[in-house]
Amino acid sequence: MSVGHTLLGLLEHGPRHGYDLKRAYDEHFGQDRPLHYGQVYATLSRLLKNGLIEESGVEQGGGPDRKRYAVTAEGVTDVERWLSTPEKPALYLQSTLYTKVVIALMSARDAEDVLDSQRAAHLDTMRELTARKARGDLSDQLICDHALFHLEADLRWLELTAARLTELRKQVRP
Amino acid sequence: MTNAILAADAVVKSFGPTKALDGASMSVRPGEVVAVMGPSGSGKSTLLHCLAGIIKPDRGRVIYDGRDLGAMPDVPRSALRRTEFGFVFQFGQLVPELTCVENVALPLRLGGRKRRDAEAKAREWLTRLEVDDVAPKRPGEVSGGQGQRVAVARALVTAPKVIFADEPTGALDSLNGEHVMRLLTEAAKESGAAVILVTHEARVAAYSDREVVVRDGRTREVAFA
Repeated sequence: MSVGHTLLGLLEHGPRHGYDLKRAYDEHFGQDRPLHYGQVYATLSRLLKNGLIEESGVEQGGGPDRKRYAVTAEGVTDVERWLSTPEKPALYLQSTLYTKVVIALMSARDAEDVLDSQRAAHLDTMRELTARKARGDLSDQLICDHALFHLEADLRWLELTAARLTELRKQVRP
Repeated sequence: MTNAILAADAVVKSFGPTKALDGASMSVRPGEVVAVMGPSGSGKSTLLHCLAGIIKPDRGRVIYDGRDLGAMPDVPRSALRRTEFGFVFQFGQLVPELTCVENVALPLRLGGRKRRDAEAKAREWLTRLEVDDVAPKRPGEVSGGQGQRVAVARALVTAPKVIFADEPTGALDSLNGEHVMRLLTEAAKESGAAVILVTHEARVAAYSDREVVVRDGRTREVAFA
């Protein structure tokens, strides 16, 4: 997740100050991982330095004055470039889980147990996400769906690996 | 497991030289949704058919509410399936010549209920499943998602104690599949029915309380609610 691009995208709706941006970010994208204030201001400082945002006045109130920021034309171009560039497809499981399975097979432990306990953990998370979808609004549903599809892909890999354990055992324990 | 309404205990079932189940055990409590998962050919559908009393195990027992299904004669076993069990299959298996409301009313009619009563009850379930508008249509005139919700209504209309769902969303797209699963599990929970859900889809299994994995005819129960 590019916090900088996300903040730029939020600023396209109009100038905001840091606190307001954090609140908007957390509401839409930060249910599981809200932004720290330090991260907001460090990101704004970087965007400002790179000319992607500019100061657009100071909001005065009971507390300290708060600077408002607006996205620049360069900032809008940067958001457009970010949106039109696909993310690199990430590989999730092959490192840790594959290592666990191979180590289990090498040491004559039950690799099926490794896969089964992982499946149970995955399904528990999927149950939580499914329940959250039932309670949530459309944003919640779409965010949960994304996570669910990824977990489902992992589970398919687990099933396929379980079906190939005998073959894999021969390969790692000749 | 204590308080189980239905349990398979070390069930063995072969078809000719092929052993489909090789000591499979599982159980389900009232109001619980259990997903039966496993690769194709692992024996999960055979396990469902044994649990539902559709086929008899070669060895082992299937106990429903204190009764050994394998020891019951065919006629009372069929009657029990009709009155205490509900079934949802991958392709609905609705009777094409009957309207949707007649399809849902069918299990009640087979149990001796008068047409008007049975169809009134059927309409209640169609409304509950959000497909009351398809009541006068025949299955061929409704979408796959609507047809499957009609099938769920038919499974629930007799207020069964156990619902057997064999890949109930297998022929549906993701959105319709989710809709059917949500309605099925909510309705089952509200009525206190147990659900045995055979699926190879993790997203469908995520509607369950726990899962049983079948591999090479054997069961592995990993997580308990």
